[in-house]
Amino acid sequence: MDCCTRRSFMKSGAMALLGLGSVPRFLVRTAYAEGRAARPKILIAIFQRGAVDGLSMVVPHGDRDYYDSRGSIAVARPAAGAADATVDLDGFFGLHPAMQPLKPLWDDRHLSIVHACGSPDTTRSHFDAQDYMESGTPGVKTTQDGWLARGLQAVPAAPASPFRAVAMGPQLPRALRGDVAAVAMGTVADFDVKQDMGRMGGGTVNARHGFESLYEQGVKDILHGTGRETFDAVKMLKAANPQRFAPDNGAQYPRGRLGDSLKQIAQLIKADVGLEVAFADMGGWDTHANQGNEKGQLAQRLAEFSQSLAALYRDLGDRMADVVILTMSEFGRTVRENGNRGTDHGHATAMLVLGGPVKGGRMAGSWPGLAREQLYEQRDLAVTTDFRNLFAEVAVRHLGVAATAPLFPGFRIIPSRYPGVLV
Amino acid sequence: MVRVRVGIVFQILVLAGAACSSAPPSRQAGAPAVRVAAPEPPPAVRVTLPKTALSEDEQIMHALNRLGYGPRPGDVERVRAMGLSRWIERQLEPGRIPDERAESALKAFPTLAMPVPELVRAYPEPDPKVLAKIQSGEMSQQEMRTVAPLEKRPFRIPVELQAAKLTRAVLSERQLEEVMTDFWFNHFNVDARKGAVKWMIADYERTAIRSHALGKFRDLLLATAYHPAMLFYLDNWMSTKADLVVPTGPLKGQKRGLNENYAREIMELHTLGVEGGYTQQDVIEVARAFTGWSIDKPREHGTFIFRPGAHDKGAKRVLGHVVPAGGGEQDGVMVIDILSRHPSTARFIATKLVRRFVSDEPPPALVERAAQTFRDTDGDIRRVVVTIVTSPEFFSAEAYRAKIKTPLEVVASSVRALDGELAPPASGGPQPGGGYALAQQVTKLGEPLYQQQPPTGYPDVAEAWVNTGALLNRMNFALGLTANRVPGVRVDLARAVGSADRRKPDQVLDALLRSVLHGQATPQTRSVLAAQLDDPEITRATRDDRGPANTDVEKLAALVLGSPEFQRR
Repeated sequence: MDCCTRRSFMKSGAMALLGLGSVPRFLVRTAYAEGRAARPKILIAIFQRGAVDGLSMVVPHGDRDYYDSRGSIAVARPAAGAADATVDLDGFFGLHPAMQPLKPLWDDRHLSIVHACGSPDTTRSHFDAQDYMESGTPGVKTTQDGWLARGLQAVPAAPASPFRAVAMGPQLPRALRGDVAAVAMGTVADFDVKQDMGRMGGGTVNARHGFESLYEQGVKDILHGTGRETFDAVKMLKAANPQRFAPDNGAQYPRGRLGDSLKQIAQLIKADVGLEVAFADMGGWDTHANQGNEKGQLAQRLAEFSQSLAALYRDLGDRMADVVILTMSEFGRTVRENGNRGTDHGHATAMLVLGGPVKGGRMAGSWPGLAREQLYEQRDLAVTTDFRNLFAEVAVRHLGVAATAPLFPGFRIIPSRYPGVLV
Repeated sequence: MVRVRVGIVFQILVLAGAACSSAPPSRQAGAPAVRVAAPEPPPAVRVTLPKTALSEDEQIMHALNRLGYGPRPGDVERVRAMGLSRWIERQLEPGRIPDERAESALKAFPTLAMPVPELVRAYPEPDPKVLAKIQSGEMSQQEMRTVAPLEKRPFRIPVELQAAKLTRAVLSERQLEEVMTDFWFNHFNVDARKGAVKWMIADYERTAIRSHALGKFRDLLLATAYHPAMLFYLDNWMSTKADLVVPTGPLKGQKRGLNENYAREIMELHTLGVEGGYTQQDVIEVARAFTGWSIDKPREHGTFIFRPGAHDKGAKRVLGHVVPAGGGEQDGVMVIDILSRHPSTARFIATKLVRRFVSDEPPPALVERAAQTFRDTDGDIRRVVVTIVTSPEFFSAEAYRAKIKTPLEVVASSVRALDGELAPPASGGPQPGGGYALAQQVTKLGEPLYQQQPPTGYPDVAEAWVNTGALLNRMNFALGLTANRVPGVRVDLARAVGSADRRKPDQVLDALLRSVLHGQATPQTRSVLAAQLDDPEITRATRDDRGPANTDVEKLAALVLGSPEFQRR
């Protein structure tokens, strides 16, 4: 298993400079808070797993073929005063009514949308398409690392934090695997050795110290490397204590995993632990049956999705000046409604870009149309923006990755091809 | 508890005739109650072990860790006495291994063996009107529990299934059957949270997966294809010929059509693999072949039904084979035959099995031999497993302890190492017992059982589950387990420590390393742990001991279970 190079690399970061474990803990926190290090630019990537129907999320209500292709699942045309109708954006596109919470961001020019965005690869397999989108190498399965890991690796970090990259959830997503320290956590609170579980107290052996010593040994393998990362991170998080931050500005996160994840990402950002890339995901988009239109299954998912994003935006307030939120999904869904009032696996979908640095209030990319001859394989929305051009724009222009960096092996980053979502 | 050699127990049960409820159907149920003990019949498969650089005990540990969920106290000695090849031969015929302890523990889970229609009746979804009353605040959750008790709600079924899985992994003597059942369930994944699957999932595991886990791949594939859990999970039950207008019934007049979900996944995930050589057109043709394979009222009966009216009667062409027009339900069976005998399937299944048993990076030569066995035996899973687990690659120094335990494996093996006992669910109450508490620990480590949403199942390489958060949770699980703070689970540290003098930390440590790691601790780990012992904080005075301080056995055992060595198998 050739994972160890990246894992052993860990210790040499600025964590070592900060000398965690020997230097008083307050120094860790203040390194960022006191401005000795500039606040990092932050990217929050949100994966809609299961292939969201971009045509219901961002409705091309001005395309007459939209209503011809879809019977029961079409989202109604915008109508003045109607709550259960598409929320018009520019006269041609509109948001699903459940996404009303994002309309103010559009109006504030902090939301841009890239429609007909997707992968040049033709696969309609969730598994492969997610893998390609996260590895950043459509069609190539042998890529070992993820695009976000490569992006971070290409940006010099001073000081490097074990929380440069955080995924909310039990597993590290493919996008963050690679030669960079990345942490997966279920919740912020759970991120510690719980040596005194329960009321019984229980002994005097310092289990945290014991485990730390066990994993500190010189063996270079994935377990020991991960173990060392773990204890560095535990110490730093204790010092920073993100849980003391309640949502600001009256932000209310909806119930559900995405809301919980984003709320904690906001806490990590406010605690200045050196977060640069955060990753969260949300499932339930694979609407093969009974998808619904203005109301229904998909509407409920979109409501949770948009309320979570809007709450994060409100919660972070002025800090959004340094934050870009990028949403993605492995592919879109068939233009035509299937036999079960749902949609099958398709091709292009819509991706959202939100934040202070965003050139918002406008649609980016070009619209291929929904007439049969305009469709990919005569059934799916065609891709006009390769997702790598969007991801590259965000990585290069926001995170500061060099355009010459191997962000997407085998793919040349050409700035003139960026969809133009950032200011 | 009196411990009897497994072989003796086996003969006793043969004497008792049909006492073993899960005996294969060939067993004479009406045999006389008392008979002279017959000699053990010869094994179905003879196992010969290869030459290896591993010592005998290393081979045994390796087999117990790879073909099962790790040793319980005494297992290594038992296998040594029996001979490893004999132990493997027995594991290959799980129906002949007596398994009283697990079977008696499983009696606490009534939903496991109930037919789907009965489950739908006995564990109904709460009345929508009741739910509406709760929404409106007219009824409290408390009142709801009297109308629809938690233990009679549908989710009780996957809860019991989770508990049963841990119960079996921890207690069953049929360890290889458990491993294979886990492997195939993950391969043919369904998610209990999708609609009606919750009523079907236990039956799915029992009748489609477990009963074919070491049988013929074609039968296994066919059983999953026919099962309502799979038909529902991958939407095939709703797939019809193109442009169908429902002629009768409550959906009369509605339009239906082809759904490609199952057709794609059966090729990509279940048989050929994504690079197995199929096209989008093959997906469409396979979907057409399976039209009409449906479920009779999923929320009332939940059993398979073939709907001729929904079936596409035309000829299909699948991977170069012609499926003639008019085949009806047999179209699907023919597709199963084509797919299960396709060379890509042999290779794909062989690769996954080698990865499961040998290495995250499957040795190509072994994959080739396993695929050859698959082809030569018409997909006899047991034969393929034998090829793999008797290979020099399996018993190689490179493979030894090279794999990192999955969340399920680390939880089950920890409890086994400490001879854990699981409390049964409180009778009639909502408490699902120790097995369920362990299943929740598996969830915390990142792989909730029966709740993996994508049809891919969980990843089969360690990179996916080794990360800082998960590692912390493993340590925390070890701390909770050794302190007996996992509800319904009791581990026996006294047994692990044995006769070591508790006042002498060094002795306690060595006893733990022997009983839990079987001498597999590296010298570094031994010395790190010994260094902990020199710390004056390592010992504590206990109330019942006014003399020398006792060793904090619980934490020491937790350190051993949470050590890098124990994360490997």
